[in-house]
Amino acid sequence: MRKQIEGSAAVAQAVALARPEVICAYPISPQTHIVEALSAIVKSGDLQPCEFVNVESEFAAMSVAIGASAAGARAYTATASQGLLFMVEAVYNASGLGLPIVMTVANRAIGAPINIWNDHSDSMSQRDSGWIQLYAEDNQEAVDLHIQAFKLAETVSLPVMVCMDGFILTHAVEEVEMPDQATVDAFLPAFEPRQVLDPAEPVSIGAMVGPEAFMEVRYLAHRRQMEALEVIPAIAAEYGAVTGRVRDGLISRYRLDDAEIVVVALGSVIGTLQDTVDALREQGVLVGVLGITSFRPFPLESVRDALAGARSVVVLEKALAVGIGGIVANNVRTAVAGLAIDVRTVIAGLGGRPILGESLAEMIRGVDDLDELTFLDLRTELVERELQRNRATRRSGPTAENLLRDVGAVGDPLSVRMPR
Amino acid sequence: MFQTRFHGRGGQGVVTAAELLSVAAFRAGRHAQAFPSFGSERTGAPVVSYCRIDDRPIRSREPVVVPDALIIQDTTLLQQTDVFAGLADDGYIVINSTRDVPELGIGEMLAGRDPARVITVPATRIAMQHLGRPLPNLVLLGAFAALTGLVGLVDVQAAAGERFQGAVLEGNCAAARQAYDVVKAHVGEGVGDAMAAVSAGAPVFDRKDADA
Amino acid sequence: MHSLFGNAAAVATGVFAAMRAKGRDTRVVAQAGDGGTVDIGLGPLSGMFERNDDVLFICYDNEAYMNTGVQRSGATPPAARTATTQAVGEHPGNVFGQGKDLPRIAMAHEIPYVATATVADLRDLEAKVEKAMAIRGARYIHVLVPCPLGWGSASKDTILLARLAQQSGLFPVFEAEFGEVTAVLPIRRRVPVTEYLQPQKRYAHLFGQTPDTETIERIQAQADRNLSRYHIDEVEI
Repeated sequence: MRKQIEGSAAVAQAVALARPEVICAYPISPQTHIVEALSAIVKSGDLQPCEFVNVESEFAAMSVAIGASAAGARAYTATASQGLLFMVEAVYNASGLGLPIVMTVANRAIGAPINIWNDHSDSMSQRDSGWIQLYAEDNQEAVDLHIQAFKLAETVSLPVMVCMDGFILTHAVEEVEMPDQATVDAFLPAFEPRQVLDPAEPVSIGAMVGPEAFMEVRYLAHRRQMEALEVIPAIAAEYGAVTGRVRDGLISRYRLDDAEIVVVALGSVIGTLQDTVDALREQGVLVGVLGITSFRPFPLESVRDALAGARSVVVLEKALAVGIGGIVANNVRTAVAGLAIDVRTVIAGLGGRPILGESLAEMIRGVDDLDELTFLDLRTELVERELQRNRATRRSGPTAENLLRDVGAVGDPLSVRMPR
Repeated sequence: MFQTRFHGRGGQGVVTAAELLSVAAFRAGRHAQAFPSFGSERTGAPVVSYCRIDDRPIRSREPVVVPDALIIQDTTLLQQTDVFAGLADDGYIVINSTRDVPELGIGEMLAGRDPARVITVPATRIAMQHLGRPLPNLVLLGAFAALTGLVGLVDVQAAAGERFQGAVLEGNCAAARQAYDVVKAHVGEGVGDAMAAVSAGAPVFDRKDADA
Repeated sequence: MHSLFGNAAAVATGVFAAMRAKGRDTRVVAQAGDGGTVDIGLGPLSGMFERNDDVLFICYDNEAYMNTGVQRSGATPPAARTATTQAVGEHPGNVFGQGKDLPRIAMAHEIPYVATATVADLRDLEAKVEKAMAIRGARYIHVLVPCPLGWGSASKDTILLARLAQQSGLFPVFEAEFGEVTAVLPIRRRVPVTEYLQPQKRYAHLFGQTPDTETIERIQAQADRNLSRYHIDEVEI
């Protein structure tokens, strides 16, 4: 059924279609609308059997999911930003134990300074946590990925993070085709755990493993992610066959065939990039977009294949590895190693800084003059004023407060959204 | 693509207004995307939301930079923030006010604009009459429908039907109709080319080039 | 299963929720040491209490982080020496405060059942576990378990010290239901706190050439207050 619906509500309905048995969550913007909607669905009795557990922290949220999953229940939680960081110890525990939990990350920046707006700093910080990470380009894909995530997680016995841009997707009202329950039921069979706490067949889960076998446990986790590179497209194809929405699962390609310049990106900015590419192609610029849907496991071969014909690659990143620059770019460089392709990193959209098509177009047109690391629409005058203060006096004060005084207001909806 | 920006204060339903317009456009068979100016929804604070309408699927996620229409819920914002920023030269403006446009003291800001595209609607007063509550959203959307012809009154009322029921729905529908009728009488068969904007396709990003 | 240091209560909630969703009546028990209970695991434990999940949580309290080499925990008693509260300086040993009294914190959640016990009276402990398992909702049992290594006492004195902790009044043994104390274990032979403290090397600095009578008196006062708070009487057997 096609609906005009808020992204969070659509995702909540999609999660409910997957019939989770335990949902646990702690509210944090911009994830709140998802768990509020799920809470209502469970409380109304529309989703049975399902336990909705209101916990006291994200650490507890993930821990409840761990206990539920180990006891054989399909478990779901959602978080963002500081919440994801607060649960990190349990995030690693869940993947280490091989528990197929599905978690939405409503992508949001990480403080300090406090910032509730979108970027990818949160989920990128967990890229090595052993979780599979899928990034949605729009709310339709967010819905579709959530349903596939349960099947994927349970097939490979690994937890899956479905990342969707906070606010930009979670709070956007747009049309979404919701699959019906019968379709999802046929696609997603009941959870058959590989390991389960069952008094009838007692096992212990969570043993300490020393140097004698720890590497092997880790290696097997890596093996399972490598297997996921095969499983993800297979599940995407199966899902596409029953819904009509056929995606590759690992990557998305847009006008790549004759592209000399390719922008690589994750998440909702891909839509803006596609519009930009269309506009630029009308002006004769041969540019395309490569979207990475599966960031973990990273599809090295698919990326290499997609970029093989390009002259210049720009990796547009909504996260910054302070001290080196790009995160995704390093993965892309690994993928194209040995090919004569320039790979540049453009950091954009940190803390909700809008990524304007106009800025992207200018960046792409000037791709050959880009430094290896560029910050899109960086307000250099703000940076310079703070650097001057730092030079002028030792006690120059807190940076964030200094910059806010220069800017004049925090979060003014118009101040950061006007064309330069 | 036709892009509308809503201005109001936190608590006035600015985000809901954009959502309702998107649902109305969806009901009218178009593609629509509504989104808030994230994170600024503090009660009383200036809040902005957006709605894009197109005949093709909408992919862009950038904020609306050059709106084709403004819906202004609260005239106290006119002096406080630059609500007209970026508005297309032939853009539409719907203002919630009991006063006429000349009485609002914004003549300078509207210089050069087609007066037929700028209207005030006593939306809060109409809402009070029909609902007994200051909920001007659907009144303004009724006026917007009449002014632009982009969505029909039935679409606006259908959108209301997805959110309200009973007396509140009836009141909203009646209030929207009243505003629609008043504005329709004022503008006749609509002004300008809002429909053309919808069909115009992807935005041109380099405005300097476009101007040249 | 073992998940993490600080999340036993939340994992237990997850198992409980799974059992409920599956319509099974498998009961859930969570266990942790004093560090995993009163310090790093307190948040999830309080959350489990507040939701009144059907979980029995048992804390084995040996009053410090013994596994890692006797560092102080929130359950370490005042003046006790640990690896991180050495018997040096103006105020040797652990800071003198009220400690983190988890049984009373549990009672403040008004959960159906809270009990304390020691390894000195296994019949009492057994009865309390049985009682706890006959009750639904969040339940908490706090068991005092002396640690010969960490306390600096002889292994053979383990049970004796647990008994002296109770008989001195320093560790009141009681039951509470929905926030109200419903039963206390009477003291057979009341002893001064010194009888409990002296055999433990972690208190050796109180009994040097010049005994630290002021500190000993303050510890005695805590014991006395426990007895009056819980109305624990000395009874002739």
